[in-house]
Amino acid sequence: MNFDYSDDQQAIKRTAHDLLVARFKPDTVRELAEGERYDEAHWDELCELGWPGIFIDDQYEGQGLGTVELVILLEELGYTLAPVPFLSNAAAGLALQHAGSDEQKDAHLKGIATGAERGTVGTLKNGVAELVPDADTAKLIVFLDGDEATLHKAEDCDIQPVDAIDQTRRYSRVVPGGDGEILPGDVGAASDRMAVAVSAELVGASQRVMEMAVEYARDRKQFDRPIGAYQAVAHRCADMLRETESARSATLWAAWAAEAEPETLPLASSMAKALASDAGWNVTSSALQVHGGIAFTWEHDLHFFLKRAKVDGSLFGSARRHRDRVADIHGLGAAA
Amino acid sequence: MDLTLSPNEQAFRDEVRGWLAENHPGEAPRGDDASFDFLKQWQLKLHEQGYAGLSWPEEYGGRGATLIEQAIFGEELARAKAPGPANVLGLVMGGPVVIAHGTDDQKKRYLEPILSGEEIWCQGFSEPDAGSDLASLKTRAVKDGDEWVVTGQKVWTTLAHEAKWCMLVARTDPDAPKHKGLTYFLMDMEQEAVQINPLHQITGEAEFNELFIEEARIPDANVIGGEGNGWMVAITTLMNERAGLGAGAAASMKIALGQLIELAKERGVDSDPLVRQKIAGLLIEVEALRLNAWRGLTAIMKTGIPGPEGSLPKLQWSAANQGLTELAMEIRGEEAAAKDSDWTYRFLRARANSIEGGTTEILKNIIAERVLNLPKLR
Repeated sequence: MNFDYSDDQQAIKRTAHDLLVARFKPDTVRELAEGERYDEAHWDELCELGWPGIFIDDQYEGQGLGTVELVILLEELGYTLAPVPFLSNAAAGLALQHAGSDEQKDAHLKGIATGAERGTVGTLKNGVAELVPDADTAKLIVFLDGDEATLHKAEDCDIQPVDAIDQTRRYSRVVPGGDGEILPGDVGAASDRMAVAVSAELVGASQRVMEMAVEYARDRKQFDRPIGAYQAVAHRCADMLRETESARSATLWAAWAAEAEPETLPLASSMAKALASDAGWNVTSSALQVHGGIAFTWEHDLHFFLKRAKVDGSLFGSARRHRDRVADIHGLGAAA
Repeated sequence: MDLTLSPNEQAFRDEVRGWLAENHPGEAPRGDDASFDFLKQWQLKLHEQGYAGLSWPEEYGGRGATLIEQAIFGEELARAKAPGPANVLGLVMGGPVVIAHGTDDQKKRYLEPILSGEEIWCQGFSEPDAGSDLASLKTRAVKDGDEWVVTGQKVWTTLAHEAKWCMLVARTDPDAPKHKGLTYFLMDMEQEAVQINPLHQITGEAEFNELFIEEARIPDANVIGGEGNGWMVAITTLMNERAGLGAGAAASMKIALGQLIELAKERGVDSDPLVRQKIAGLLIEVEALRLNAWRGLTAIMKTGIPGPEGSLPKLQWSAANQGLTELAMEIRGEEAAAKDSDWTYRFLRARANSIEGGTTEILKNIIAERVLNLPKLR
């Protein structure tokens, strides 16, 4: 039993943290978010480091590491709210890796691993994917529809930008077009990993916002005392720690299970996403309350995290949907 | 990262599991005395097998088990629905304190009877006016030759009527700052000066007692850790109480969740969307508790210092157990009013969970001050 990173994983985490904190300073994130754009130079740098292919086999020019390493990067990307199309591209990579045929992998995984030809994933409801991250710049789009997945060329689809509250990422409403190819493999294994991936991003965002709230509670004085010396404020911060650490524990467990104990992955991924979705919202909204009026202003950075957390909370399944699945797995009767 | 048990840990788990299957004592008989005798017999058996004092170093008759092994043992005990040992406070708090702070003579005198259960221990910390603010306690001890004379009142004393020794913290220097003037004693419970009153609780039973101490005498040789060091010694005890309990608590909660799911099915409400969401929420919280507990143990074993996640299991356990028993009551509807029901008992008993062993508010204060480094709350 060793519920901690290995030395190599620790090194990846440190490197990713240092690089992303340097690259995505709050002013940079703000500038990109307000301009509603990415800087391709950022993406190119991550590609040179081999990050997009971290979990993809080396025969497709990936790094051949696992879900734990993917989750380490995503937590740090969430921590810095990095405006890059990483999550969407990774989701497409997971879909191809676990549900794609050999031909499909040969055709597309290299482009995803190197970041040269990006993909994304949308969830269909009545023939429409309402919120697809980075569809506007992707070459291919995987659509999840229940237990099935189809692969489409982005150029064949109808892609309309969504003016989303989360301005740190581009979102589109997409209607699939052209001839989709069925992904014949294990779609569940892919979508479970997507849920784990977005959970990691939520954990990172929660961690960062908790740190912001704690720092503010130490510095801000009212009635001649730091507000963190009032129990009502301090206990909010303690609850932020509880939710963030619980989501982190479950996300790491699920990422570990993805390779080491795949039979546990459906349950673990749903538990992780339910905890992370709730933590993301509860921590960011509570942190806004700790900051008071200042965090309600546009010029304070907290709202970027709050909005990302709200949107991430519903990507690849809301907390409610994942709790429903946990109930199913435990043999409770079908919801009336 | 590896969340599977190592071959050694797995062998230990299999050994414990196999032994429990063979030696499970069955259900405790009703009635306080009969049930306590039963637990004493059970402890003897555990002791013969080396399972009492699992965490104690081997030189003191323990097994020198790692924290992971202690957690495994807790899980297996819960999984098998086997009772804990009779002398739980002696094993979890008393022994470790004597080992850490006691003299050689004290170790020789006290440790073996704790392990065998021959001498039962109780804890005299809380007082009517000193609960969460333990260091404000008022029980006085005054030196008289080579003895101390103790007067005061203690409360929430489990097993007082069965105990030979009481871990007593008393004020020995009223002029010192409140944390500095305390001393840790072992008080012989078999003296007239100590009166025990059962404390009836909202469940109707009396698990706890009040102690009225009127000039009780304690030999100077029964001071642990030196005069004036009582606070430091007491804190070690409380830390021992908290470390490693999470894994066992999560295992017990999983069993209770299984019973809750059965109840929901029996009453035909397991397809009710709200009930499904609530049960799933509890399943998830208990899993988070289990994972945080194991992550915390890994952190302590690696660094010697508990990580932030290690401070969470007690909080999470009390909230989850209260939520679980409340939901069971809701599902049972009017039936839940009847006293003669295990669910109803558990529901009432769970009210204490967020108070005993550190209130939720105090635990959040500790997280805020020591983990998040927020300013002092007072």
